Amino acid sequence: MAKMKTVQTRPEALIDVTTHYCPGCGHGIIHRLIAEVIDEFEIQDRTVLVAPVGCSVLAYNYLDVDAIEAAHGRAPAVATGIKRANPNLIVFTYQGDGDLAAIGTNEIIHAANRGENFTTIFVNNAIYGMTGGQLAPTTLIDQITTTTPRGRSVGNEGYPIRVCELVSSLITPYYVERVSVSNAKNVRKAKRAIKKAFQFQIEGRGFTLVELLSSCPTNWSIEPVASMKWVDEKMEPFFPLGVYRDRSKEEVDVSAASCK
Amino acid sequence: MGEKQLLAGNEALGEAAIIAGCRHYFGYPITPQNEITAYMARRLPEVDGVFIQSESEIAAINMVLGAGATGHTAMTSSSSPGISLKQEGISYITGDEVPAVVVNVSRGGPGLGNIAPSQSDYFQATKGGGHGDYNIFVLAPHTVQEMADLTITAFDLAEKWRMVSMILADGVLGQMMEPCTFPDSVPERNYPKDWILDGKKGREKRLICSLYLVEGVLEKHNEKLQKKFKKAEKEEIRFEEKDVEGSDILLVGYGTSFRGQIEAKRQLGEFGVKAGLFRPITLWPFPYDRLSEIAEKTKMPALVVEMNAGQMLEDVRMAYERFAPVHFYGRLGGGIPTPEAVTAEVKKILGKG
Ligand SMILES: Cc1ncc(C[n+]2csc(CCOP(=O)(O)OP(=O)(O)O)c2C)c(N)n1
Repeated sequence: MAKMKTVQTRPEALIDVTTHYCPGCGHGIIHRLIAEVIDEFEIQDRTVLVAPVGCSVLAYNYLDVDAIEAAHGRAPAVATGIKRANPNLIVFTYQGDGDLAAIGTNEIIHAANRGENFTTIFVNNAIYGMTGGQLAPTTLIDQITTTTPRGRSVGNEGYPIRVCELVSSLITPYYVERVSVSNAKNVRKAKRAIKKAFQFQIEGRGFTLVELLSSCPTNWSIEPVASMKWVDEKMEPFFPLGVYRDRSKEEVDVSAASCK
Repeated sequence: MGEKQLLAGNEALGEAAIIAGCRHYFGYPITPQNEITAYMARRLPEVDGVFIQSESEIAAINMVLGAGATGHTAMTSSSSPGISLKQEGISYITGDEVPAVVVNVSRGGPGLGNIAPSQSDYFQATKGGGHGDYNIFVLAPHTVQEMADLTITAFDLAEKWRMVSMILADGVLGQMMEPCTFPDSVPERNYPKDWILDGKKGREKRLICSLYLVEGVLEKHNEKLQKKFKKAEKEEIRFEEKDVEGSDILLVGYGTSFRGQIEAKRQLGEFGVKAGLFRPITLWPFPYDRLSEIAEKTKMPALVVEMNAGQMLEDVRMAYERFAPVHFYGRLGGGIPTPEAVTAEVKKILGKG
């Protein structure tokens, strides 16, 4: 018999428990990617997770790091307080689209604009998962939710909000990228983006945000495999993947911002 | 003790916070507390502290939570409309058992109201304010000196009990200038820090949260909180009293409304009426027992004077009315009770008009 070789193990930062996530949900994949990055940078001992209100509120049961829960939408403000009080910590918020782009829009925009040196992991599943499938700011036009039973209409709800585009319209943020966890290739890219964001934080560069297009089979009423296809075919065209800001590569001329 | 200085209440409060070790302040502008925000913006960088003018009061209180979670007790200040916005955060911070100091230099309401001094946030401050079963410490200064002293107390109480301490002042106390002295330093506060988030190096991970979904666990958490509140109610009551025995009437007030009562007592003395004074310094915990004792022993009527429609009145009644009558005089929407009005009210009550 050929010798067995270990190619993958559970990351140390990921706790060995069954999650509460539904089959086919992207949160589990994203948790694992974060745990791998924490392991690779050996920062488990100084990382603090700021959990949101949403399906991932219990992320602290799965990631083996210090954690605090924030009120719905307020994670960036809590993270600001933590990082400013103890800059040695590696701090990240983990937020859904309702948390970040509806109730918490003010907090994320201003934390990004101050250049707070933490990382935001933004999970865009185009719906409110935890409360049972309501309209999200990122819900697509014609998408059926419990509060858009005839589909999202431009007349009543406006177009979906593109968070990476919004955040990268600000000058201060350091790194902003949109990725997807819809297939193995995308997952590998997503990991690279998360790693880059943490790298920049460790180097003290400023605000970093990674948006991950993700699935919600339960509330979309689409079975898991087809859900991932839905991410590719329906979400990605409106939410293009790519780097929206990387200040390690681009110089921004800000001389006109000063009145001196 | 340092030199005597002539200072506005808001500045005295700011400097006292620095002396108490406050190195993190987060706030959003609102009158009549803007001098605190400006003072902290100037002073904190001088002591390697952090000042952020936040995007809203909601953000500010959540920054206070974040800093507090790392073991650095932070302060935020605002006035009534902004304090309403902070209530969600105050509820979370209490459930999380993180120390925090909140200052309310209150103004007239409801709504946008005005910027005149008011005590109409008494209910909000002392009866919870946000959602859930909880209390916070509420300290009511009545002089500039007390703005400073009670701020130092607020930091100690917050850390000792891992609770929110609120300074409940008003526009008069914030803006007026009086002599004030500061201690050179404050006693070291060595309360346990075995709960703070500083990375799980060499220990199990820690979690600060207020969510308890498993059946029965939230009840246990609440029981633990209530036990703490009950203990604090026994140990942390502060009040001031004067001539409560052998008087004809007891004047009860706090903060700015109490200042007029001091002068009313003098005026009444000239008229041959003896007035006792009673001033709760902690509005929570409230000195119910002492008020009951006074009422039972003296049976004299009490007059509660407030800058609201009768909010502390309810607490005084609870303690006092079993034994003696309780009267009320209040001004609304920014009005301040004058000593003359209080004196006239007393004469009416005693039938000496
Ligand atoms: C102040 C407040 N409003 C509303 C809620 C109810 N609530 C909980 S989660 C949620 C939406 C979460 O959706 P999202 O951020 O998209 O995350 P997901 O569950 O999809 O991962 C809402 C509205 C709450 N907990 N607090």
